[in-house]
Amino acid sequence: MAKVSKSPWLLHYDASSCNGCDIEVLDCLTPKYDIERFGIINTGDPFQADIFLITGGVNSQTESVVKQIYSQMPEPKVVVAVGICACTGGVFKECYNIKGGIDTVIPVDVYVPGCAARPEAIIDGVLKALKVLDAKQAALEAKGR
Amino acid sequence: MVMKAIYVILFLIFAPFIGGLLDGIDRIISARMQRRKGPSIFQPFYDLGKLFSKEMIAVNNVQLLLNLSYLVILVIAGAMLFAGADLLMVLFILSTADMFLIMAASSDSSPYANMGASREMMQMMAYEPLTLLVAVGFYLTTGSFHVGTIIQQPVSAVLWMPGLLVGFMFTAAIKFRKSPFDLSTSHHAHQEMVKGITTEMSGTTLAIMNIAEYYEMVVILGIFFLFFVNSTWWSWIVALAICFVLFLMETLWDNISARLKWKTVLYGCWVVTLVAGGVNILILMLDK
Ligand code: SF4
Repeated sequence: MAKVSKSPWLLHYDASSCNGCDIEVLDCLTPKYDIERFGIINTGDPFQADIFLITGGVNSQTESVVKQIYSQMPEPKVVVAVGICACTGGVFKECYNIKGGIDTVIPVDVYVPGCAARPEAIIDGVLKALKVLDAKQAALEAKGR
Repeated sequence: MVMKAIYVILFLIFAPFIGGLLDGIDRIISARMQRRKGPSIFQPFYDLGKLFSKEMIAVNNVQLLLNLSYLVILVIAGAMLFAGADLLMVLFILSTADMFLIMAASSDSSPYANMGASREMMQMMAYEPLTLLVAVGFYLTTGSFHVGTIIQQPVSAVLWMPGLLVGFMFTAAIKFRKSPFDLSTSHHAHQEMVKGITTEMSGTTLAIMNIAEYYEMVVILGIFFLFFVNSTWWSWIVALAICFVLFLMETLWDNISARLKWKTVLYGCWVVTLVAGGVNILILMLDK
């Protein structure tokens, strides 16, 4: 069986980040960090994505969007929360419109801390997510049999 | 007869592998041009394997079927080319295959996919006249539409049809979905409108479309091959080498140009068709 971790396609969504983390995510695509060497493609299409990478905490407007994107992704899939905001709500935690970290809405597999999260940390988190992805695929196959 | 069957079987088995490898080479070279390391050369195969193993999410019942038809009809066109059949017929079947892709893309409700479908149709309008002129050019040069006859000429066809070769390079850039002509869907920047026709395709459906594209790649390179081959044995090696160089040139082209607007593509292609293709055909008609 082909391992899904050999070709993970990544979908990046900004739930309500200050854009600091978003820029660091885009940094990962630049020649210096080049995540394509792992076969990772930054796609904009939930139908084709394996990794859901979210920056920023969830607010009342993005909650439904996050849920919808998550439901549109085919199994196996993993969620990576990038930045303190995405992990817990961060500096915006007390705001009236913020629900908190991503895990208040959908299950999160890997938390990447940092404000803003460094590109090295993001790549590290994504590679951790790949292991989870393989485990999920194996579990799915075991269930299928 | 036996030889023909062998060519067809070789094509059926190896075309997707060659197409996939070429795609891998393309991705590495593109990455190196951008000072990146790039993925493994086998990345296209990893991608295919992954796509087949994913959960099926179908937007409707027909998309998978239409994509399969796209693949099957493309394979038929390729098999005919490698069996040495009628070139005109091959080109017609090739465009029929594309119609199925357009139908597959417009079968879903995504506005991006629908825009992609109409752009794909527009691209067909852009390159179709030249493709026909290429077939006519081969007829005027060699006296036959039959691929079997075309490859047995004493001199290579390209000597008589350099203009058509330049024109066909435009067609190939559109068919390979290379910038500046990757309007309907692009291999890079996988976002919204740029994604175009493949927006609603996932898993198996997308994998089938990719395999079809690898077959198409080999068919297009096969037509390039016809330009350079003649009755001598060494011309086969030269032709293969030139095909590879032409493919690398398409990669270069892809990396140094930005996407054009559809009107520029359409008119640009027609001007090339008229100037390079038309003049070439005119000279052929007067001289042959
Ligand atoms: S973690 Fe820091 S940089 Fe990232 S979104 Fe939150 S405040 Fe911005």
